[in-house]
Amino acid sequence: MNRFLLPLGAFLLLALFLALGLRLNPREVPSPLIDKPAPAFQASTLARPEATIKREDLLGKVWVLNVWASWCAACRDEHALLVDFSRRGVAPIYGLNYKDKREDGLGWLGRFGNPYTDTLFDPEGRIGIDYGVYGVPETFVIDKAGLIRYKHIGPVTPEVLRDKIEPLLRKLDANA
Amino acid sequence: MPMLERGILHALLALLLGLSLAAARATEAPVVAANPEIEARMMVLAAELRCLVCQNQTIADSHAGLAEDLRQQIREMLAKGMSERQILDYMTERYGDFVLYRPPFKASTLLLWVGPGLLLLLALGTLWRVLRRRQAMAPEAFDPDTPDEDAAR
Amino acid sequence: MIPELGQVLLLLALAVALIQGVLPLAGAQRGRADWMALARPSAYLQCLLVLAAFACLTSAFVRHDFSVLYVASNSNSLLPLPYRIAAVWGGHEGSLLLWVLMLNVWTVAVARFSRSLPNVFVARILAVLGLVAAGFLLFMLVTSNPFDRLLPAAADGRDLNPLLQDPGMVAHPPMLYMGYVGFSVAYAFAIAALIGGNLDATWARWTRPWTTAAWIFLTFGIGLGSWWAYNELGWGGWWFWDPVENASFMPWLVGTALIHSLAVTEKRGSFKVWTVLLAIMAFSLSLLGTFLVRSGVLSSVHAFATDPRRGLFILIFLVLVIGASLLLFSWRAPSVGLGQRFGLLSKETSLLVNNMLLAVACGAVLLGTLYPLFLDAMGMGKISVGPPYFDTVFTLIMAPLLMLMGIGPLMRWKEDELSGLARRLRWALVLAIGAALLTSWAAGRIAPATTGALALAYWIIASMGVDLLERLRPRGGMSGGVVGRMRLLPRAMVGMWIAHLGVALFAFGVAMVKTYETERDVKMTADASTEVAGYRFRMVSVSDVQGPNYVAAQALIEVSRDGQLLATLRPEKRIYKVQSNPMTEAAVDSNLLRDLYISMGERLDNGDWIVRVQHKPFINWIWLGCLVMMGGGLLATSDRRYRSRQTRSAELPAGMAGEGTR
Repeated sequence: MNRFLLPLGAFLLLALFLALGLRLNPREVPSPLIDKPAPAFQASTLARPEATIKREDLLGKVWVLNVWASWCAACRDEHALLVDFSRRGVAPIYGLNYKDKREDGLGWLGRFGNPYTDTLFDPEGRIGIDYGVYGVPETFVIDKAGLIRYKHIGPVTPEVLRDKIEPLLRKLDANA
Repeated sequence: MPMLERGILHALLALLLGLSLAAARATEAPVVAANPEIEARMMVLAAELRCLVCQNQTIADSHAGLAEDLRQQIREMLAKGMSERQILDYMTERYGDFVLYRPPFKASTLLLWVGPGLLLLLALGTLWRVLRRRQAMAPEAFDPDTPDEDAAR
Repeated sequence: MIPELGQVLLLLALAVALIQGVLPLAGAQRGRADWMALARPSAYLQCLLVLAAFACLTSAFVRHDFSVLYVASNSNSLLPLPYRIAAVWGGHEGSLLLWVLMLNVWTVAVARFSRSLPNVFVARILAVLGLVAAGFLLFMLVTSNPFDRLLPAAADGRDLNPLLQDPGMVAHPPMLYMGYVGFSVAYAFAIAALIGGNLDATWARWTRPWTTAAWIFLTFGIGLGSWWAYNELGWGGWWFWDPVENASFMPWLVGTALIHSLAVTEKRGSFKVWTVLLAIMAFSLSLLGTFLVRSGVLSSVHAFATDPRRGLFILIFLVLVIGASLLLFSWRAPSVGLGQRFGLLSKETSLLVNNMLLAVACGAVLLGTLYPLFLDAMGMGKISVGPPYFDTVFTLIMAPLLMLMGIGPLMRWKEDELSGLARRLRWALVLAIGAALLTSWAAGRIAPATTGALALAYWIIASMGVDLLERLRPRGGMSGGVVGRMRLLPRAMVGMWIAHLGVALFAFGVAMVKTYETERDVKMTADASTEVAGYRFRMVSVSDVQGPNYVAAQALIEVSRDGQLLATLRPEKRIYKVQSNPMTEAAVDSNLLRDLYISMGERLDNGDWIVRVQHKPFINWIWLGCLVMMGGGLLATSDRRYRSRQTRSAELPAGMAGEGTR
């Protein structure tokens, strides 16, 4: 009797994994860069082409990197939230203008508001590739030592901001 | 033929030759790839990588912007002399194992790679045992033999 | 009004399906002839109701009724009529209705062509089919109602996905579902036999034609899907090991094993336990496929709009149906007889090994498809398992199988010996290897793996040749020339040969195209040309064309060889008006020896177009192989044994007589 129960047993095990699978999102790709140093970059800023900004400039503080583009519809969904966030002064947000044209990017910020302390200009998307960006918008939290601590894929929602990003920012700020 | 006429004839011939050469070159469509050898190697690598935007195509086949950027990136890395292993590592550093269509050999994928072979051995072993057991059983346990209707082989 | 009518019809169908599922089953247990007699009429009635509901949905599409949510999501006022009808099964809800319709078609066929089967048996079979239908109808009504209204009605629809607006795509789902769903018949036969306790050779003979028919449809559906993808998707690939493709391939592998297992059970009474398990597994894999495609658990280009709630419902249904079946199996299997004896080296054993290899192949595909889910569920990260894995693993398992296909059919039942076999087959082996080397050399390059694959394809054919010659050779006491002896060959045997030939053709096509295909990407402008594989491709012009619901840039490309114009191809880059994503419409010049495949890439700033030209030798042998496999199956199904009325009633097995009291 027992060896004929094997198919049933195997099937139930399979069903268990399928049930677990229902709560997962197969399309979401987690970042392998969490807890690793943020990749080095050196980019011109969006507003002033002659100025450059390097990763080293941002060491010693906790900051947020938001990847956006003027052609990205979903970026508009989160933008008001980011503008509001920047006004509260919790942590500086830096923008990464991804695969965009300078005029389009500046025009977009002019129309919808500018929450960024400064914006990196990445027309070729090279910095994006280094950060593992595959869709806009994406948002990173980087700590004082320059390590990436969190990545959010898709528009930032009030819940994500309230439950994940802000507590993390406070925790990282408290550390030396 | 007098000098002037010969000169003019030569000039005309040269012009004609030049024009026909230009014409022949104009009709041959140039290959897109600047360097066909690197292109071929790039496509082989790109076929191993998953496009993260559409997620169900390789970077070789996908028309997504990111796929094109990554193909260009691979071309540059190959031109710099990086090996295939180094390029695949570059991709996984940034995008994780998800980007590889050929799963890496790790502790977590051991079952995946060894699984089919294991299944085969298990099945063969089970088969062997079942057949052995049947050989050892008394003839009464089986149905009576009927003649083979297929052939008088 | 009509959508509401459709909804009522579905509710009625559910009620009838429940009656069909419960009463005859109970009646068979209790010997109530009146309850059992309800089986056939309710099957017919349910089919009528579902057909009517399907007609209601179709009419909503034809009439552009955008107040029905499903119609608004999958159709458009510009969509041509044939595609409006195909759009009925273009989305999740409608395709479920198609599923149920197909199930009803098979059920009615069983009800109609089962006159010679014992009533109790038929009652149980139809009841099982009724329960499955009830489950799907319930699923539809609770989570995926195609008749839901959209109020206020949309001004216009969101259009059918442009990828689906193609003839191949119209036929592919119905054929595929006929196959998927067709295995429910073998499943129902198995369950009915397990309940009744009468698994034997006669049961196998009844089940065989139904299973082969389902297998034929599934082969067609998968082949059609592959051929469609090749022509439509624009990059020349024809199989991607996508989770949904795998979901249709796994039942095919197990279904093939089932056909072979049934053959042995019918002839020798052996393998009964394996056969029943395979029958349960084939349909279970169909159901699993339904789950994978509609639950959002796996990422796939085929996946329907996903909803975890739907996934949960299907999963529960899956657990109930498959769990109950396997429980029944574990209870009844120990008392099933062993059939006749057979030796270690025999046709029975080779068929067992054959089935084992097919099952392992199926297991490997399942492992690869679900492994990312498995790791993610355990929190061990996300990986991808794609063609590099599947191609490697699958071909390694298939190689011994192809080898076996050349040996098994020549083996004797019960007992055979190695030296005799070796003697009969040695020339076939030599011929196969020789032909493979010759082919590789003629193609221009001898690649070891390819030559091996070609040798296997030739080996199957050569072995068949040996088999045929042996049977046509004059034997003691037999007269009447070659033709007479050919007529005596049973259809089932000729069908087997043809089906195996199909496999050999398929393997040949795959080996040749994968090894010897070439491609080139060029920038083309008017009058530019390029050469690939000895063919010259010249772009004449690019012009704008208007389709019924799209605009396109169409290139005119002339293909010539040695100065002779062979074909004029018109690849397009289409932009569909509603969904506005660009679509590549490749142009293909096909013949038996090769395909010339042209697709347009991007338009460059200076007006030039990037064009990809591909030469694919022998690619049509892949789909030709599928068609030939189907032909073999068809021939086998038409064997006299399944049509003769006298043999059946005379052969009622012992267990059947006292059925009413069980």
